[in-house]
Amino acid sequence: MDRPPIVEMKGISIEFPGVKALDDVDFRLFPGEVHSLLGENGAGKSTLIKALTGVYQLDSGTILVEGEERRFRSTAEAQAAGIATVYQEINLCPNLTVGENVMLGHEVRKRFGIDWRATHRLATEALAKLGLGGLDPRRPLSSISLALQQLVAISRAMVINAKVLILDEPTSSLDAAEVAALFRIIRQLRDEGVAILFVSHFLDQVFAISDRLTVLRNGRFEGEYLRGDIDRATLISKMIGKDLDALKALGSSQPTAARDRSATPLLTAVGIGRKGALQPTDIDVHPGEVVGFAGLLGSGRTELARLLYGADRPDSGQVLVNGEPTHLHTPADGLEHGIAYATENRRDDGIIGDLTVRENLILAVQAGRGWARPLPRREQDEIVREYLTMLNVRPADPDRPIKELSGGNQQKVLLGRWLATNPRLLILDEPTRGIDVGAKAEIQEEVAQLAGDGMSVIFISSEIEEVVRLSERIVVLKDHHKVGELVNGPEVTAQQIVELIAEHDDSAEHAPLSEEAA
Amino acid sequence: MNNRARSWVSGVVRRQYFWGIVGILVLLMLNTIKKPDYLAITMNPATGNLAGNLIDILRAAAPILMIAIGMALVIATGGIDLSVGSLMVVAGAVSMEFLKAAGDASSVGAMLGALGLALALSGILGAVNGVLVSVVGLQPFVTTLVMMLAGRGVAKVITSGQNTSASNDPFRWIANGYLFGLPAVFLIAIAIVVLVSLVVRRSALGLMIEAIGINPQASRMAGVKPRGLIISVYTIGGVLAGIAGVFAVSSAMTVDVSRTGYQIELDAILAVVIGGTALIGGKFSLGGATVGAMLIATLDKTVVFLGVSSSATPAFKAAVIIVICLLQSKRVRTFISRRRARGTPPPRPVEPLPVRKEEVPA
Amino acid sequence: MNATTSTRPPAGGFRDLTGRVWQMNRRALPTMAALVLFVGMLGYGELAYGRILQYNTMSNLLINNAHLILIAVGLTFVILMGGIDLSVGAVIAFASVAGVMLVNAGWNPWLAAVMMVAMGAGFGAIAGALIHHFDVQPFIATLATMFLARGLASMLSTVPERLPADSALRLVNHSFKLIDGPKVNDLVITPGVIVAGLVVVVSVFVLHRTRFGRTVYAIGGSEQSAQMMGLPVGQTKVLAYVISGSLAGIAAVVYTSRLGAAQNITGIGWELDAIAATVIGGALLTGGAGFVLGSVVGALVIGLMTVLITRDGGIPPEATTIITGGILLVFVLLQRGIIGRNRQ
Repeated sequence: MDRPPIVEMKGISIEFPGVKALDDVDFRLFPGEVHSLLGENGAGKSTLIKALTGVYQLDSGTILVEGEERRFRSTAEAQAAGIATVYQEINLCPNLTVGENVMLGHEVRKRFGIDWRATHRLATEALAKLGLGGLDPRRPLSSISLALQQLVAISRAMVINAKVLILDEPTSSLDAAEVAALFRIIRQLRDEGVAILFVSHFLDQVFAISDRLTVLRNGRFEGEYLRGDIDRATLISKMIGKDLDALKALGSSQPTAARDRSATPLLTAVGIGRKGALQPTDIDVHPGEVVGFAGLLGSGRTELARLLYGADRPDSGQVLVNGEPTHLHTPADGLEHGIAYATENRRDDGIIGDLTVRENLILAVQAGRGWARPLPRREQDEIVREYLTMLNVRPADPDRPIKELSGGNQQKVLLGRWLATNPRLLILDEPTRGIDVGAKAEIQEEVAQLAGDGMSVIFISSEIEEVVRLSERIVVLKDHHKVGELVNGPEVTAQQIVELIAEHDDSAEHAPLSEEAA
Repeated sequence: MNNRARSWVSGVVRRQYFWGIVGILVLLMLNTIKKPDYLAITMNPATGNLAGNLIDILRAAAPILMIAIGMALVIATGGIDLSVGSLMVVAGAVSMEFLKAAGDASSVGAMLGALGLALALSGILGAVNGVLVSVVGLQPFVTTLVMMLAGRGVAKVITSGQNTSASNDPFRWIANGYLFGLPAVFLIAIAIVVLVSLVVRRSALGLMIEAIGINPQASRMAGVKPRGLIISVYTIGGVLAGIAGVFAVSSAMTVDVSRTGYQIELDAILAVVIGGTALIGGKFSLGGATVGAMLIATLDKTVVFLGVSSSATPAFKAAVIIVICLLQSKRVRTFISRRRARGTPPPRPVEPLPVRKEEVPA
Repeated sequence: MNATTSTRPPAGGFRDLTGRVWQMNRRALPTMAALVLFVGMLGYGELAYGRILQYNTMSNLLINNAHLILIAVGLTFVILMGGIDLSVGAVIAFASVAGVMLVNAGWNPWLAAVMMVAMGAGFGAIAGALIHHFDVQPFIATLATMFLARGLASMLSTVPERLPADSALRLVNHSFKLIDGPKVNDLVITPGVIVAGLVVVVSVFVLHRTRFGRTVYAIGGSEQSAQMMGLPVGQTKVLAYVISGSLAGIAAVVYTSRLGAAQNITGIGWELDAIAATVIGGALLTGGAGFVLGSVVGALVIGLMTVLITRDGGIPPEATTIITGGILLVFVLLQRGIIGRNRQ
């Protein structure tokens, strides 16, 4: 098909203080196609979408819509040009009715104000285009399921006669049947000529629905492929930036661990899960063991870690610490049982910006003692001295506000915070992300040393070679569940892990097609 | 000026309550212009007590000081307490009624009883605020707004609507007596400020209050438990408001159920923000709040002294709060910092998404 | 598909009809409850004290609470958006003192009345600007404008300012006898009540039949969503506060006309009565839910409560503030409980 693209983005660059979010990226959308945007964390997917929809302004590059150069200064302008977006959080108003949400901002106005009958009629028409003609527009939005709410959000696009529909992580909260229904509608819209930009980290779904795929990595354009021209394993390797041969060469230097696994594990989780975050999962961690969680963005690694720490409350399952059933409902519980969790999001969950390095370092220890038993100055100084030197924090000034330190040094201080609690199990979530190479090596070394000293470590990283290099055992997660476990040894390579992730259930992909035929 | 002196000066200037001290000096200067011997302090040869305008300011500052300290702690956690004035009048009402019933004008026991009852009641009401905010999850301004209304009602019910008076010399001494030549009430207030500062800074209370004010999510992840902290902070605020109420009624030995503590929450908020604590919560400064309270006392006295109608002061104070809110707002701060960094290009306009402070489960 | 969708038109029948009516009116439930409360209080009052359910008592209820109805309606706009306005009582004080002084200085009374409304709008605009453009929290911004207005009123005058006995402005309180009953038991109405009624009708129209009104509800439901949908959030927020201020100005006209005088201490605590009225009427303080008619019922509930307490004689008048505070607290806790349960 030789149709011209309806949206063409050329040479797009956007820079924020300290980071180039997009670097000379090209992207195009064709009418009547589902085009998926892929990339790991920091790849620039959401930045690209926000550049298209008028949330961010471009530093350089052009955007052509239907051949005309456009610069959108607001989401309203982008909508007026026919570009509709449905975000993961379903940006609708739960306190209003279905019909109102569909028509918000476009209600039918007559001489005496809004004509609700006509407005609701138009709403029903828009909903009918998605097969929801029977849905009563007068129902409160909160009375229908999330899956239906998402379709309501999409029907807003019908109201503005959108030519481009952007779906940002639309399936995160949907079950299999709801996903199939959504895909039916996506295909229908595609066949009607709408250009659909689909963003999702569920690889199976991306492969099932897309006609075209674009991969971004670290803000740069990696490649645009037609679906038939690329296979999954190659796609994943493009996303993580290593080709398959290189992955094969990334082996483990670990001898096959001769670990006695008959002893009581330090931590056992049986069927632990949380709705919308993680399917019921089993996992063991033994004393002094280094367990790596491998998987792509959104596979559920952080969610599992949070449940093991107590940061989130599980909906199902049980946790046993040293064989004893325990309730880990708050981080304070986790710390009490000797578990520490270094989060991946250090800005929101980690640093307390205005407090000093010293205060950030001792916070967890102090929280464990309660407010009435302050840590004596002498002990504070010891902790400060020990960890600032061990982790090589620069500048080594304990009285500086932590927000003045670089990202890498902040990360080290946070690591020190958790180490100071002398945990039996330390969970490290992306400990080396976004920090310089030197600091990375230092932290990796530290982790290996701690494990050697008897601490159990769960190591989560998107960099597969890191996981392979450091873990004794590797747990592989995908799409919110565990797909496999590998005991590390000389024959284990990163490619094996990639293939575990790339494995898919063939029947799931064929089901929608057969329904269509019938 | 050599480098060392220059950096010392800039360090002092950057201390947030520097401007508060400047404000006090400016006001005193205005008064001195009108009456050159304004600052004169005389000593009564018989009693050794000092007298003078400055002494009056110290005496007037005592209740404001108590409320400002309590408010600083509450604001630091990201909350607010609009009920402090009403808790004052409750404490005042209960102490006057108790002393009136006790009868004995010289009984120290009666005075202690009145004190204990007043502080217990205001403390309990403060704890109620804390529980409603941290356990039930009500917004602080709604909770304390209701308590503000209901509290004054409680005071009126206690006194049956009357402005109760009582006689008790030990109690009266609190606001009228002298220690080492200075007004006792001021010395007691300073002692309490020092005590609270020690408790807050020597224990981990201050650290944890600041942590949950700055980043409640990260604090929770670090194992901090917010519930007990918040209840404590509002309770302390309640007790301090009770002490302020005792100071207020002790001076004339009468409680004015309509006027005592009326609009004093404005003074407290102003004192706290002048002293360098941001309204949004986080790092707080008790020293700064002290300076702020002294400034307000000086302002009140100056207004009267200069002959300006005292009814103008609330409007003026409100205007100052508005200006400080503007200065603390992000938009103005980025504007100022953009002006300072002349070399860098202006930041790209990004469509601001409204950010709501995360509600963190206790 | 999902079981909650009806993919076919409703099967008809009584059961289905009640189901639909129930669903559509589920949000009106709190307002219905307020109405039931009001009727219940009427019944209780008649049984306990007598002479409640009669023309003159009902007339006085409306006349004496017209100003409260006005500010409750204004507050409804702001609370629906998830904000708050603590300044309404103080704005009434300032506008009424300034207005009376203008009349006494020779201004045309109707022009003075317009100025009073404009002054209210001005305070609303200040609050709106602080809240939207400078990100100040609504309660701080309106607390500041409250003290500002109260202070300015005190600067203007601390003694009661009286309207001339023959002032045209007093006409707003002129009684029109609708029904002449036995002795003093007449059904009476004043232009003040009519003004309040008109404002209520217009407000219902604006909130339910204009895009502005729907945007107010949308912002209360989710400000971020409203922004993402391209709605004019900033303009709407500022305008809602201007409306609240203007209605306070109108309330000042109505109240001053009735009293014939204005004073700087007027309106102390009225903001709490107005907030209580909206909450009783079913508005959620977090925004997104509530009806103007509910706030009107809530205002009447509070007005009736004052009447009953006076009739009773046994409850000290000082207790009214505690009772209002208590009722507000109970309703807020109920709201919290219902929301908490829905979340699970």
